[in-house]
Amino acid sequence: MYNIVVCVKAVPDPKQADQIRIDPVTKTLKRSEVPLVLNPLDKNAMEAALHIKETRGAFLTAISMGPPEAGNIVKECLALGADQGILLSDRAFAGADTYATAFTLAKGIEKIGRYDVIFCGMASSDGGTEWVGPQIAAFLGMPVVTMVEELTDTGPESWKVKACIENGYRLMQVKLPSVFTVTRTLNSPRVLSFSGIIKARKKQILCWSARDLGIAEDMVGLSGSPTMVSAMTTRSIRRQVEIINGTSEEKAEMLMQKLADAGLI
Amino acid sequence: MKKEDTCGPIWVFAEQEEGRIQDISLQLIGKARALANELNTTLEVILLGDRIKDQVQPLFAAGTDRVYLGDAPTLSWYQPEIYTEIIVSLADEKKPEIVLIGSTHAGRELAPMVAARLKTGLTAHCIDLTINENRILEQWIPAYGGLISITCPKNRPQMATVARGVFPRPHMDESRQGEVVLLEVPAEFEGRIQTLQVVRRKQETVPLESAAIVIAGGAGAGNEEGWRQIADLAQTLHAALGCTRPVVDEGWTGHETMIGQSGKMVSPELYIGIGLSGELQHLIGVVNAKVMVAVNKDARAPVFEQVDYGIVEDCRTFVPLLIEKINAYRSRRKGA
Ligand SMILES: Cc1cc2nc3c(=O)[nH]c(=O)nc-3n(C[C@H](O)[C@H](O)[C@H](O)COP(=O)(O)OP(=O)(O)OC[C@H]3O[C@@H](n4cnc5c(N)ncnc54)[C@H](O)[C@@H]3O)c2cc1C
Ligand SMILES: Nc1ncnc2c1ncn2[C@@H]1O[C@H](COP(=O)(O)O)[C@@H](O)[C@H]1O
Repeated sequence: MYNIVVCVKAVPDPKQADQIRIDPVTKTLKRSEVPLVLNPLDKNAMEAALHIKETRGAFLTAISMGPPEAGNIVKECLALGADQGILLSDRAFAGADTYATAFTLAKGIEKIGRYDVIFCGMASSDGGTEWVGPQIAAFLGMPVVTMVEELTDTGPESWKVKACIENGYRLMQVKLPSVFTVTRTLNSPRVLSFSGIIKARKKQILCWSARDLGIAEDMVGLSGSPTMVSAMTTRSIRRQVEIINGTSEEKAEMLMQKLADAGLI
Repeated sequence: MKKEDTCGPIWVFAEQEEGRIQDISLQLIGKARALANELNTTLEVILLGDRIKDQVQPLFAAGTDRVYLGDAPTLSWYQPEIYTEIIVSLADEKKPEIVLIGSTHAGRELAPMVAARLKTGLTAHCIDLTINENRILEQWIPAYGGLISITCPKNRPQMATVARGVFPRPHMDESRQGEVVLLEVPAEFEGRIQTLQVVRRKQETVPLESAAIVIAGGAGAGNEEGWRQIADLAQTLHAALGCTRPVVDEGWTGHETMIGQSGKMVSPELYIGIGLSGELQHLIGVVNAKVMVAVNKDARAPVFEQVDYGIVEDCRTFVPLLIEKINAYRSRRKGA
């Protein structure tokens, strides 16, 4: 029986994320009401954990750092089959960069106490740094394998995993405890079931603040973040565009002719 | 630090694959040289591998002043634990001002671990690096339809990763010399991660980075079938196939196909973007294309301000039509 922690992030729905824009005048973000959803790759991380739970037995904790609204995605994870949900939420956490995020999550995971395996998504759709997994590992002194695309052997002491590299893969034997960040190729995430949602109603979400984690406020959020946004520009890459008009046939003909003229076909 | 240096050295982590220095490392050294001149400091490179002494010269030719060389069988493959240890302990001692690492698979793992251990900030997938009036590194990334600059004002080193192809390959001055400092490396290392096998697939399709034509599909493909049509067009044109992030998210193709800030940088003769909106994070990867064409069904799509030719069409009908035209043209020409 493993103790598995899955790190899940609430992100603005990627399908609507382009509505978040820089205001050219004030140079601040214009955030319209884009709803928060479970980061797509974290569904693969959850699926990996659920699969281990079903085949090997595991106690599965989903943990997220975010605003109170992020509680919904933790609930979603409970409905998917997590045994415990934890939300790290505190005003002081706001504005965290990757470093402060990973630090806070690492403290949360430490407080959970038992962790043989930590799963993260390879990247979040809004931050997209891919750093949080490796940095949690660094803070907890654990090894990390990023971009895992197959878990080939999940024995009690060490796992055999296949991870993506440039034009190929790397097969590794990794001693537990360890952090793994997962790619989409690993599995196909299940969808929420009605019975899962009903069962999740009885499960509790624990909410921990900076004080619960025993960390000073200047180590988290904006003040605990080494990086900052120093400037914003609306610079874009413009070209003089010529719109090709006509019927579909004519447009296809035109484009084809341009290709032919350039010697490309 | 030399006496005349005004701050700690700039570091580049040089990557080797099967004993050969990677292009990305030379590109980074080229940029770092310029930054070092601006800051009046030394450019140092860390190179780890097995029997790679002969790979030091290109590093000097590209602009390096000093190479820290770790040369041992334990380092032949990228080994996250030992690589991290070496860089962290050396950084603790030498106090670099800036550390640049390529956004390769190894770099993407190494950079965040090193940054966390050094308790410093790290900016992902930068598309430009400049020094500001306070001698601080501005690390530019596309975001929210513009560019933002990230800085790490207090902590050191300032760390960034950069994708292949963002900076040009520098002029190589073969007469340039430098100093090699050999690092002490444990002859054996009992890591928690043991690499059993490294497999490189032979690339079946045209590699994106060197293709003359790149066809990129976006979310507008709609579904797997729409994506197949775009892939067919690429095949018809003997073009390399690229995509935007939603295509990867949908699972229509793998992330090695993705073009952009966190994917690949390409510079083809011709780029055709199909069913994609023209987000900077994607288009930043094709700014160097000679001719750019976009096909999008929405005439107001931002992509139409950023290409040379625009075609307002539904790709689901237009792509098959274009394939038909090309095939017809080819058989006409054969017949003639
Ligand atoms: C940190 C970070 C890094 C990122 N890095 C990258 C990166 O490296 N590469 C990348 O690509 N993205 C990256 N992204 C994502 C990027 O911001 C955009 O979300 C993405 O590029 C948009 O892809 P798209 O244009 O295919 O989809 P959308 O923006 O959804 O656009 C789809 C377009 O298709 C058109 N369309 C719809 N149906 C049809 C049809 N039938 N025929 C023709 N046109 C149609 C629509 O009009 C629309 O313009 C990154 C995001 C973040 C936050
Ligand atoms: N605020 C957060 N709460 C929980 N997990 C997170 C958070 N941010 C990032 N992660 C995890 O780290 C992964 C990579 O995120 P990122 O480094 O932002 O690309 C995500 O897929 C999550 O698994």
